[in-house]
Amino acid sequence: MRLRPIAGVMLRQFYLMRGSPVRVLPMFAWVAIDIVLWGFITRYLTSIAGTRINFVASLLGAVLMWDFFTRIMQGVTTAFLEDVWSRNFLNFFATPLAISEYLAGLIATSIAASLVGLTVMLVLATAVFGLSFFALGLALVPFLLVLFLFGIALGVLASALVLRLGPASEWMVWPLPALLSPFVGVFYPLSTLPAWMRAVARVLPPSYVFQDMRAIVAGQHFSVGPLAGGIALALAEIALCTLLFVRVYRYAVRTGLLARYSAETAS
Amino acid sequence: MQTVLDASELCKSYGDLVAVDHVTFSVASGEIVGLLGPNGAGKTTTINMLLGVLAPTSGSIRIAGCDLARERSRALERTNFAAVYAALPGNLTVAQNLRVFGLIYGIRDLGARVRALLAEFDLERLRDTKCGVLSSGEQTRVSLAKAMLNRPQLLLLDEPTASLDPSAAQAMRAHIRDVAHRGGCGILWTSHNMYEVEQVCDRVLFLSRGRILLKGDPRKLPAEHGARTLEELFIRLAREPLNASVQ
Repeated sequence: MRLRPIAGVMLRQFYLMRGSPVRVLPMFAWVAIDIVLWGFITRYLTSIAGTRINFVASLLGAVLMWDFFTRIMQGVTTAFLEDVWSRNFLNFFATPLAISEYLAGLIATSIAASLVGLTVMLVLATAVFGLSFFALGLALVPFLLVLFLFGIALGVLASALVLRLGPASEWMVWPLPALLSPFVGVFYPLSTLPAWMRAVARVLPPSYVFQDMRAIVAGQHFSVGPLAGGIALALAEIALCTLLFVRVYRYAVRTGLLARYSAETAS
Repeated sequence: MQTVLDASELCKSYGDLVAVDHVTFSVASGEIVGLLGPNGAGKTTTINMLLGVLAPTSGSIRIAGCDLARERSRALERTNFAAVYAALPGNLTVAQNLRVFGLIYGIRDLGARVRALLAEFDLERLRDTKCGVLSSGEQTRVSLAKAMLNRPQLLLLDEPTASLDPSAAQAMRAHIRDVAHRGGCGILWTSHNMYEVEQVCDRVLFLSRGRILLKGDPRKLPAEHGARTLEELFIRLAREPLNASVQ
């Protein structure tokens, strides 16, 4: 992979954000809304339950972690959709840009954008509701890493779906995180789920994060093994989703879908 | 002259529909070749295959000695294109688009190259204007500036002057001829303007129903086939391609 073409893909996204406040606002707005909403919910629950349960850490922390994952996934997908919306495929893919460089550019853009969101999230949650993510200690690093890797995998998968099914399928990819959230146990232990949902949870890396996060908040030791497995699983899923994207891209080149990409031609 | 494009036995089928049928041609360095034909003849399909965004069903494409199927990036580093149906992203300014594509093509000393192209295509006053609000003629000039970014050895132009007024079109034709003849760039040019084709092209290929029916010097072909003008020959071939003499 060459750095200059990747920088070109990133520069395009940077120019778009710099020239458009409506693109920058969502990086902060949804995080802020979630913090305020869930911050007050947890404060209310704490006032009812007293100090028996740490709602701030378990609920607000979980919400913000999930929000971080969602931003990563949407960062990749939105960067891809910018090329769909501006019908830029012919311009981009008729250049020396390799498909791996294009994906790397989308992912790097998402990393940069979500780091901004992460910073805002940490500052607001700490300043307004006294949630200290750093109380999770060094475990915070693998937690964020798993969510980050799985966010990239899901973002690449969503982009592959839109490339294959056409621009009109865009609506299908936005709710993907919400669709997965019941399975990964963001707000409740996996033991709450029926057996078939637990089986699905095993292939979703975030389920290991939220399981371990609850263990830490409850003052228990968390097991490193499953979390390491979550990281390996997320890496494998990135590889699988990238392979799927490349296959869809080759299909689009073979069938002429890429050259005539629009809602009418995709089928 | 060195061959910059060598397309051999190109075929593209969609199920039973044959869009391009065993098309073979070449373009030499410094040569402008016109690709002519009625709507649906297979011109854009051929160009899309040359750009690597459409895979041929069979056949091969070599650009400046590089096999497009096996050395895609190397081949496309030496190629560029401008087409009326592939406007640059309208939400970036002229200069931003040139910088983005300059990086993608791996251009060294990009700032100087962008400044030179803005001057060359009279785009300096539009450098900070978003492409989406430009007139179609201005957008064409930006597309052509983008197409020159990497000093291509092969330039594919799909109706490059379709949106330009006669004066601007004449200036652009002169400019592109200069690029070909002085810069040594081989150009494949599609157009429905037969006057333009006679003015610009060294050689033409008549495509109909995916096959090359005629090829030769656009200034000599009409007389060789009993037509008064290239346009008359074009119309005859478009209406009765199977009766036309095939060379």
